[in-house]
Amino acid sequence: MSTDTHTAGANGHHHDDGHAHGSFSTYMLGFVLSVVLTAIPFWLVMSGALPSKQVTALVIMAFAVVQIVVHMIYFLHMNTTSENGWSMMALIFTIVMVVIALSGSLWVMSHLNSNMMPMHEMTGMK
Amino acid sequence: MTVAVNPSQTGEPVFYLADEHPHPEGWSTSLGFWIYLMSDCLIFAILFATFGVLGGNYAAGPAPKDLFDLNLVAVNTSMLLLSSITYGFAMLTMQQNKVAQTQVWLAITGLFGLAFIGIELTEFAHMIHEGATPQRSAFLSAFFTLVGTHGLHVSCGLIWLVTLMVQVGKFGLIEANRRRLMCLSMFWHFLDVVWIGVFTFVYLLGVLR
Repeated sequence: MSTDTHTAGANGHHHDDGHAHGSFSTYMLGFVLSVVLTAIPFWLVMSGALPSKQVTALVIMAFAVVQIVVHMIYFLHMNTTSENGWSMMALIFTIVMVVIALSGSLWVMSHLNSNMMPMHEMTGMK
Repeated sequence: MTVAVNPSQTGEPVFYLADEHPHPEGWSTSLGFWIYLMSDCLIFAILFATFGVLGGNYAAGPAPKDLFDLNLVAVNTSMLLLSSITYGFAMLTMQQNKVAQTQVWLAITGLFGLAFIGIELTEFAHMIHEGATPQRSAFLSAFFTLVGTHGLHVSCGLIWLVTLMVQVGKFGLIEANRRRLMCLSMFWHFLDVVWIGVFTFVYLLGVLR
């Protein structure tokens, strides 16, 4: 760990608390990556560079996922060893919960919409 | 009843040490705070799911295309992104025990955060002025709840930031303040992660729809 060399704290002792801190270069790398990963989706939507809306939607969602991973690694300093792996376990559990809640809600409610809505309203929606 | 009820061979009661060894103060704070952030993540997941379900129900009212100004959202996003990197610099100077520089970077972070909240409130005021209130349609209710909850988190983060600046000014970069600054760092970067979801799913996909 790179933190071993820095001077002791104000109260005279500094114990290594088991999580990564990052350096100037990792912060800057994360910042540059996230600027690029933000700029491209905005440009895609604002200029309409891709002919298909569905392709654009998939591409910007992919950019969002990559940018979230970049933030997790370079800003939140996530790794598999911090807190003996417990923070990663909590993250994985949360991701599972989020995926179930999001995909489940969207799936169930879209079925409900297509089954419950009267026909004339459905044609009005499109 | 003195018969062999005791499992121990010698007849002595068996004791277990509940507290094996003392821990330094705050040793589990970062994990506990991380678990809080994960629970906060679930709140946002539910709000995103609500927006995903209701986001297309305009009730013949304004649609995202009529309401959102992507230039403004891009400026807002850059404010939050810049505040993230300046908070990173504050953490780096904190590790080098530079109190004054840490305070300066925290102040810059606060200004970027304030700019973000200011732009967001301007956007909200503009929308409400045009009649796009939360009561107008299910889409707008879900929009104001999701984006408003994020804005509320950023506002709380700003109050926390000012509190910690006062703390650092008064007591310096003591161990407790370092721990608090680290928690706020996780909170601040976490809010940036949530904002990635907001600008992608609410603004960009909304305009695309």
